[in-house]
Amino acid sequence: MNRRFWVYIEQEEGKAHQVAWELLGVARRLADEIKDELEKTGDTALVEGVLVGHQVDEIAREALHYGADNIYVVDDPAAKHYLNKPYTEVLTLLVNKYQPEVMLVGATTLGRDLAGAVATSVGTGLTADTTQLAMGSPKEGQPKLLMATRPAFGGNVIATILCRNHRPQMATVRPRVFPMPSRTSEASGNIINEDIAITPEMINAEIIEIITQKGSDVKVDYADVIVAGGRGLGNAKGFELLQELATELGGVVGASRACVDAHWISYDHQVGQTGKTVRPKLYIAAGISGAIQHKVGMQESDFILAINRDPNAPIFDIASMGIVGDLYEVIPSMISQIRALREAQHVN
Amino acid sequence: MFHALVSIKQVPDTTNIRIDPETNNLIRQGVPTILNPYDAHAVAAAVEWKRKLNGKVTIITMGPPAAVTSLRECIEMGADRAILISDRAFAGADTWATSYVLTEVIQAVHKEDPLDLIFFGKQAIDGDTAQVGPGVAVRLNLPVVTYAVKIHDVNTEEKFVVIERKTESRNEVIKAKLPAVMTCEKEIADIPYASLPDLVYSLRYEPEVWTTEGPISFDPAQLGLKGSPTTVFRTGTPEKHKAGEVIKTSEAGVEAAVKTAFDKILEVEGVASMLGVQR
Repeated sequence: MNRRFWVYIEQEEGKAHQVAWELLGVARRLADEIKDELEKTGDTALVEGVLVGHQVDEIAREALHYGADNIYVVDDPAAKHYLNKPYTEVLTLLVNKYQPEVMLVGATTLGRDLAGAVATSVGTGLTADTTQLAMGSPKEGQPKLLMATRPAFGGNVIATILCRNHRPQMATVRPRVFPMPSRTSEASGNIINEDIAITPEMINAEIIEIITQKGSDVKVDYADVIVAGGRGLGNAKGFELLQELATELGGVVGASRACVDAHWISYDHQVGQTGKTVRPKLYIAAGISGAIQHKVGMQESDFILAINRDPNAPIFDIASMGIVGDLYEVIPSMISQIRALREAQHVN
Repeated sequence: MFHALVSIKQVPDTTNIRIDPETNNLIRQGVPTILNPYDAHAVAAAVEWKRKLNGKVTIITMGPPAAVTSLRECIEMGADRAILISDRAFAGADTWATSYVLTEVIQAVHKEDPLDLIFFGKQAIDGDTAQVGPGVAVRLNLPVVTYAVKIHDVNTEEKFVVIERKTESRNEVIKAKLPAVMTCEKEIADIPYASLPDLVYSLRYEPEVWTTEGPISFDPAQLGLKGSPTTVFRTGTPEKHKAGEVIKTSEAGVEAAVKTAFDKILEVEGVASMLGVQR
């Protein structure tokens, strides 16, 4: 018997979302975690991707470099753009055909839209926005299940959720919660084209216009350096200073929810529970007090520098280093010191 | 006549939740419950279109008796009818079991007074799953537009709606057949100030209460904990990160504090080369 670990390969306009590769890495680890069971039963674990779209061959080939054993492809002109109903129906057909044990979907806008519908249509449980995934026995001696852990109550509590009697065990995972697996130069898996067509009955809505947003090129979730500001900035203008430092460090500007709610900066920059999850190498939190909702979005950063006037700000609890002081003194000093560092080396 | 239904949830105000540092337990005491913020904007949008099209807005919620206060808030905003779906048998429902109950109720409302648009907030701030809206749409076999930011047009004659929704990279304008389901971002509509008559009306308003006893019947196997495919295996508090050194500029001086920060930052693997600085 094959025990299948599925990953939904999200794509838009012919480009795969990077979260798909992150999830292939997770699926491989989960498959490895049931090795003991496989040895006893002689079953095989397969890591498989499922891809829906139009002219997506290149993405299918790329997925094989991230460790997929098989990629199932449904290619149809009507699937060029994501729409809930046809995608849900196609995924439901595939799930019923192959009966995967686990199915992971990126918790992006489209992924969450799809996963909720597929779980209902297939009749199984779905755990949203998981931050830890493992295969484990709820009781010693019992078969392993997907242990899906997620934050609840705004990140104040974490809960591990099981889906005991329904398959697949579904979970969505936010981008950047898990690291990118390395890309292998060899690709040994198979691409399997599925003969499924999107029929007119599956279409109950159509995209009549696509508006590309201004500022939507801010990829805060995939930045290596983030200079983020909070209420302590005092006004929208403070972000200009942060932008100057971010540019100097080759990074982007992030923000706490308070600043977005105050319209100091656009939502694309928001980090936290209701914004983006980030894991940069360097996260500079300036004037951010560190509410739990913000922390859950950035605590996986490699290095966190917190700058705040208030020595009791909760952000200091998770900061790799803290500076208690006025950010309007500290940030300009950072800008001049990094410039000085570079110049000194240039001269040498 | 235009008829909109909004499914709302009363939630604990998660921004006010604190953890007891001694016991690591959630301090629920004194935490106020509020109308889920995204739902409030969904109600505002429904009321806005009811006024444009001279229609009607029905509110439903599944929750404890105390959720009446949130229903009254919706009446205050201009909704016409409110239904509280409340029964011990519903307790412990996950998103699957919740969407089952809501679907049954929505179908009953629709039978009596056909619906055009069914609104949800994009997610509830206590669970943050965003699953119930799409789940209900699948059960009703209706189109769903999630993360809606603007309603461009509602045409009850030709039976279509034009809704703009937001993804990470762009906005999409979607034309869907009516009836349709949508889940709303806050941008969908501003919360209106209550008119005096609505305010007075809401204070005395008593919502209808629907239970397993009636007016409709539910399949007991699909309710509450028993009807939920997912179960909570265990709960805990998030792992605490270790705090590093903290320097006060008032003691060390700004320049020295920043220098120490850069020394540490440049030690992090890959950062020095990324910043174009030698360690």
